[in-house]
Parts: sequence; C-alpha cells; structure tokens
Amino acid sequence: MASTAIINKAAPTRAVKYGSMSRDRKWALRWSYFFLTLFAIFSLVKPLYMLITSLKSSAEISAATNPWWVFHPTLENYIGLLTSNQFLRFFWNSALVSIFVVTITMLISVPAAFALARMRFWGSATLATGVFLTYLIPDSLLFIPLFKMFAVFGDWTGIQLINRWYVLLIIYPTLTVPFCTWIMIGYFASIPKELDEAAIIDGASWFQTLTRIFIPVALPGLIAATIFAFTVSWAQFLYPLVFTTSNDQLVLPVGIITSLIKGDVFNWGQIMTGALLGAAPPLIIYAFLMDYYIAGLTAGATKG
Amino acid sequence: MVDVAFQPNRVAGAKSARKRSSLKTALKRKSTAAFLMTLPLILLITILVLYPAIYSLHLATLNKSMQRFIGLGNFEFLFKRDTFWLVVKQSCIFAITAVVFKALIGFIVAHFVHNIPAKGQRKWRGMLLVPWVIPPAMSTLAWLWLFDPSYSAFNYTLSFFGIGPIPWTGDANWARFSVILVNIWYGAPFFMIMYLASLKSVPDQLYEAAAIDGANWWQRIWYVTLPMMRNIIAITTLFSLIVTFANFDIVRILTAGGPLDHTHIFATWAFRIGIEGSDIPLGASVSLFIVPILAVAAIFILRDVNKRGNEA
Repeated sequence: MASTAIINKAAPTRAVKYGSMSRDRKWALRWSYFFLTLFAIFSLVKPLYMLITSLKSSAEISAATNPWWVFHPTLENYIGLLTSNQFLRFFWNSALVSIFVVTITMLISVPAAFALARMRFWGSATLATGVFLTYLIPDSLLFIPLFKMFAVFGDWTGIQLINRWYVLLIIYPTLTVPFCTWIMIGYFASIPKELDEAAIIDGASWFQTLTRIFIPVALPGLIAATIFAFTVSWAQFLYPLVFTTSNDQLVLPVGIITSLIKGDVFNWGQIMTGALLGAAPPLIIYAFLMDYYIAGLTAGATKG
Repeated sequence: MVDVAFQPNRVAGAKSARKRSSLKTALKRKSTAAFLMTLPLILLITILVLYPAIYSLHLATLNKSMQRFIGLGNFEFLFKRDTFWLVVKQSCIFAITAVVFKALIGFIVAHFVHNIPAKGQRKWRGMLLVPWVIPPAMSTLAWLWLFDPSYSAFNYTLSFFGIGPIPWTGDANWARFSVILVNIWYGAPFFMIMYLASLKSVPDQLYEAAAIDGANWWQRIWYVTLPMMRNIIAITTLFSLIVTFANFDIVRILTAGGPLDHTHIFATWAFRIGIEGSDIPLGASVSLFIVPILAVAAIFILRDVNKRGNEA
C-alpha cells in the first residue's frame, strides 16, 4: 500500500516537470496506430481476398480485371459448392471427425489431468513432463511409421483402417490429447486444495470431486481445451492426406485440394469459396469465444 | 493434505478387505484410481507416439522392400545425394529465417498493441490473430491464388509501381521467399499473442523506476522488458522452431517442393519419398532428421522443469 501511494504521488509531479512527455506519448500513439493498421492490412488482406474471389464468376476471374474488386458479385460459387454432394460429404466428414476427436480427447485428458494434478502417485511427475514432451513431437515425424503400422495391422487382423475416415479418430488424439492434458493440469493445479479437501470430508468420491468440483471450477480451461482440440482436428492436413485417398473418405482441407484442383485447371472461384467455407467454423468459434481461444493459446507456454 | 484426509479411508479399506472383494478395495485406493484415470493417456502415448517413434528408427534400417536389414545404408545413400543436402539447407534457411522474422514482428506488434489504450486493444488483437485461426491449408490456397503466375493480384498491384511480374513460385529464390513469407504471415500472430500476454505481466513500477533513472526507450526495452520476457521468448521461439522445422502444409500446397526440389523441407520430402514414392524406409530416414532439433528442445525444457522443481 505504502509503495503505491508513493508512486501515485510521484507520477503527477513528473508529468508536470517534463511537459513534453504527453506530446511524445501522443506521437508514439499515432505511430502505433499507423503500424497496427499496416499489420492489420497485412493479416486481413488474405481472408478479404478469399471473399472477393469467391464472389466472382469464373468469366470475371479469367477476364483479368482489377483483382481487388468485384464488378458483378454472384453467389454461384456458393450455390455450386453447397449443392454438390461431394463437398457436403467433405464437410460432413470433417464435422464428424472433429466432434468425435473432441469427445475422445476430453474423455482421455480430463481424468488424466485430474490424476496428474491432484493424486501424486509413482511416476506422476515424470508422466506430466512426458506429456508435454509428447506434445512437441510433430506429425511429420510420425506419419510414416504410423502409416506402416496401420498397414501391418490391416494385414494381421484383416481390419482395414487405411482409407477409412475413422482411422483419423485414432490418430488425431495424438495431437490433441497431450496439449489438452497439459493445459488442464495447469488449470486443475490452480484450484485451491481446500475445495477438494472439503468435498472429500463431505464424503465425495474421487469421481464426484472431479465432476462436481473440478470440472465446474475449471470450465474456462475446459472450453479453451475443447476449442484447441476442435481447431487442430479441423485444420489437420498431413494425416488425412496420408491416410485417406478415396473421395468419400476425405475431410475438408484435403478434399478441397484434391478434388477442386483438377490437373492444371484451377477453378479459383470455387477453390476460394471452399477454402472460405472450410475456414468458417474456426473463425466463427474464434469470433465468439476469442478470450477462451487466447487463454488456451497462452496457457500452453506460460504454464510450460 | 489430501493424503492425510484419505489415510483413515485407506486403513478402513484394508481392514474390510477380507469381508469384501479385494478388487473393490483396490479400486478405492488412491493410486489405483489415479492409475486407471491416466491409463488411456499412457496407452495412447505409448502405442501411438512412442512406439511409432521407435518403429521409425527400425524402418530406417531396412531396404526398400522392407525385407532386409541394411543398417545405415539409407543414410549413406542420402548423404551421397545432392537433393538431400539441398533439403537440409532449405530446412535450416526456412526454419531459422521464418522464426527470426516471426519473433521480431511479433515483438514489435505486441509493443504497438500494448501501447494503445486498453479499450481498443481487444479489437486490434482480434484482427491481428486472424491468420493464426484460419486453417493453414486453407489460407495457403489463398496465397497460391495471390501468387498465381497469370492472375497474380500482387503482380497486378506491383505493376502500378513499375515492378515487373515476379515469378513468385516459379523461380527457386522467389519460391523460397514465398514459402517463408507465408509462414511468417501465419505464425507471427502467435508470437504477438504470447509476447502481449507476457508484456502485460511486467509490473509498471519497473518502467517507472527506469523512467526515473532516466532510461530512454531503448534502455527500457533492453534492461526491463527483455529480461522480464526472457522465459516466454525462449519457450515460444523453441516451440516455433520445432513447428516450423516440421512444417508440411505450407510448402506442400504452395510449391510441393518445386521448382526442381529447391523448396523441399524434411517433411515434404519425406512425404514425397515415403508415401508418394512408396519407399517407406527412406522416407522414415528423412523424417528422422527432425529429431535433433527436438532433442535440443527436450533438453532445454527438461532443464527448465528441474529448475522449477527446485524452486517449488
């Protein structure tokens, strides 16, 4: 208290003494806005350009008029894609995969995080570190051995998993579970111990402590982890490219690239429409739940 | 504390063990419950992460038809190929340049966002993070369209300034520049958000003290901001270095390694050889070159974890 009082007293005197401070500050502010606008243009030009192109007819695109403006806006690309069974199939596959993966991820990582955060057992500290290290292992290291593993598994058991969309349900959790567990450990560890002690004294079992105390209290963390799991499984490109090939098994990112690009003919209007529709679910989630999104993003590093 | 609270229960459980089935008591014990709760996680990590990682080491020692053990033959073969050294060079250029620029841009932009009044920060932050939210495969498609040889919107804009058509993905050096540019565009917002979060955690008193001591803006950054952000900078850079080094989507969609393999990085080349060329052992050997950077990261993080353990 004493220190803040001193600082508050000191601040006005300094401002009076150096009258130029406020002018400097104003200029700094102007420069900040100038550069921020520049960077905002740099980062938003892409989605806007996607939107512009998606509203053009292919005739207008090939006419090579000003690419930054739509002269005859049309929805034909949207109508074309949203009535094409193939595109809807990709969308459906993507949605199905993402929803299942989110569910699986939560079912695995929440109990595990609870156990690692609260119940100390043999090897729990090592396991927590191991979880974080697993998160760092990139998909591009694992796709070849995984592909071979599933091929061998298919030969042994006769259960063919390659080129089925549900193989992604087995593989995606390797990307989502470690990170979700890691941020849930962080959130669970920040809950005061008194809360679960009180619950245990009242006769709650471990399971009840988890569902009645930990999950409600750590709900923001849970939402952040869910968003992360969803965006990762929606955006994943390498695994579906490796594991699925036939048209009815593809998810959106791969589907757009393999089916809309036919040889050298690029139907850019449709490709951009597809890309925009593919980017829409994460963008919508982001627009509404930005704070959770950012909390999940920063939790990974600040708690690491 | 929790353990203490749980002791009586455990003793009671041990006493009644003979009356009820011992399985039930075992389930009630804390360590058993904890083990069961982490079991799916352990299984997932062991079967789908650790085993494939070791399996790829095994795969890398087999010949193309995967029937004969050839030891380090795949690596010998790789070391003799020019393309391999091209890929090594390009991977390093790609990862290091992209991470340095992402970190710099992220740092600068975070400062600008931090500078403006708190009311507007949310809006700006929201706009600047958009590139990170769009799935990279989707946004790279848009870049590909911007770089299109005949309809490039960039070239259209540049032609007003008298700059001739640039072969964005056609020429080796321009293609290298393009993939790095796309990666910076995609990754810089992540750094921005991280740095912004850590800038906000630097206490204002430190800046006030520095201002009283007559520090200029450069000294304030060098002696106050950077030391306070050191941990975040290290972790973020390390993390991004791994992700960028192992990047696949951007290079695959933008150039697919071309022109003439000049933009291939480890992941895309491994895909080209292992999946498209169905030489799985050679592909596995290529992707194993991602491991050294991982090992460095792991060492740093383990050191950090041990340090934290001592403090706690």
